[in-house]
Amino acid sequence: MNELTLREAADKLATKEISSVELTQACLDQIAKHNPTINAFVTVDAEKALAAAQAADARIAAGNGAPLTGIPIAHKDIFNTTDMRTTCSSRMLENFIPPFDATITTHLRQAGAVILGKTNLDEFAMGSSTETSYFGASRNPWDTQRTPGGSSGGSSAAIAANMAICATGTDTGGSIRQPASLTNLTGLKPTYGRCSRYGIIAFASSLDQAGPMTRTAEDAAMLLNVMVSYDPKDSTSIQSPAPDFTQALTGDVKGLKIGIAAEYFGDGLNDEVRAAIETAQQQYQAMGAELVPISLPNSGYAIPTYYIISPAECSSNLARYDGVKFGYRCEEPKDIRDLYFRSRSEGFGDEVKRRIMLGTYVLSSGYYDAYYRKAQQARRLIADEFKAAFEKVDLILTPTSPTTAFKFGEKDDPVQMYLSDIYTINVNLAGLPGISVPCGFDSKGLPIGMQLIGRPLDEETLLRSADAYQRQTDWHKRRVHLG
Amino acid sequence: MSVTKETVQHVANLARLQFNEEETERFSGQISRIVDLMDALSKLPTEGVKPMSHAVDMAIPQRDDVVTNGNQRDTMLANAPDAEKGHFRVPKVIE
Repeated sequence: MNELTLREAADKLATKEISSVELTQACLDQIAKHNPTINAFVTVDAEKALAAAQAADARIAAGNGAPLTGIPIAHKDIFNTTDMRTTCSSRMLENFIPPFDATITTHLRQAGAVILGKTNLDEFAMGSSTETSYFGASRNPWDTQRTPGGSSGGSSAAIAANMAICATGTDTGGSIRQPASLTNLTGLKPTYGRCSRYGIIAFASSLDQAGPMTRTAEDAAMLLNVMVSYDPKDSTSIQSPAPDFTQALTGDVKGLKIGIAAEYFGDGLNDEVRAAIETAQQQYQAMGAELVPISLPNSGYAIPTYYIISPAECSSNLARYDGVKFGYRCEEPKDIRDLYFRSRSEGFGDEVKRRIMLGTYVLSSGYYDAYYRKAQQARRLIADEFKAAFEKVDLILTPTSPTTAFKFGEKDDPVQMYLSDIYTINVNLAGLPGISVPCGFDSKGLPIGMQLIGRPLDEETLLRSADAYQRQTDWHKRRVHLG
Repeated sequence: MSVTKETVQHVANLARLQFNEEETERFSGQISRIVDLMDALSKLPTEGVKPMSHAVDMAIPQRDDVVTNGNQRDTMLANAPDAEKGHFRVPKVIE
């Protein structure tokens, strides 16, 4: 039962073939059995989940159910929840109970979704493998010696291990799409500003974006329907009509122009991943889409640009963790200076410190123009290049990740880890929507994902194209059976 | 470009972080390699390009300057590491 898609579960709940209590219990049983190995969840509250499931069943019985009513969902532990600690997988926030809910949490509660718990992530979402979590790495259900990706690796592992029907994630440089790719899921990063960031603990404010992690594109559309909204509490929220995204799923991609950029198929790309992406391209052609060669020459500057801008914003956002108002405080500080320095040094892990240091460095006197200002100019060039490309094509198809899931400790050098985001971070810099869709398996049996990138606010074309592909292929139907 | 241990100590001080000798050495090496990665940008011509600080071109919304969620002292203090008489408590600041 816990292997159902969101659509299947919603249909069975609506016809009362199953109850939300049964479905929630099935997920909780799976969590109890496998979370000690997979480490997908930081916090689980079975009692509250079952109470919410009972309320959902009552709502459905009364004829007031919505598509998400009674669906067990996992929240990345970066979304504020008033009834459950929100840790960001950091010692700094180990016991933090937020005084308010994130807007997205509120929307999902109102829709009747059942919150199972909070999922593991790289500390403050800084990482691509969940290895930087204070609570230990999550494991990939497809091969537990490997990472489920990051930073939303707990969310991806939870769904792939059949512990939840769907999950929320956040994507600053690929943190929804890359873990989705590494665990055979569909992960959508909406246009920047589409989903409220209110109540999401900030990492890099001009890049962070919430989105759905699901088993199918149809499920992503269903979840996105509830997640998208204009929010006056978020000054970066876009005022734009929110369509019913499921209506876009026509199955038809005839005449669609799909851009293929040579820059995304260079040396660092694994051969098996390349072959799977090329087969997917042919599949789209067979479905009536047209492949159009395009060039995005500034793509190569995305990594340096991102690793200047995101640490700069992180160093500013994380200045609030000073041990005074909330969060970790060191034992017996001898004065206020000691309190600041020791609380921050003991409360943060190495990757967070590294990024705070980089951010402070690039913003410091003498380096601001050479690094930060230069990166903002590069960002403009990268965004303009996409704008020009979208005058010729409707979407762009690329690999999501240069490799399949890598082993723990394999990328212990930060630079190597940073390079694993090479195909996803452009999308965040330009504020575009992007989706990762399962498109094959390598010879080790590990999932491969492809990325589709769309025009601003055009999630409908992305979902339509992803859904049309999933109607013709069955990669997304493969599940792990953990026993 | 090599980032020296002195620079690491200076930046750590600005960021209110402290490192021991081993950490300073390690961070100096790692940050040097990351800065090398960043230096690739110097090859990109950006003369006259307007810096982009945000992904969406939009004006900052304005609202009336009114309190919308006041009277939450106890809620806000609930997460404080140390509080007394309705205030955050910290070590003595002024001698």
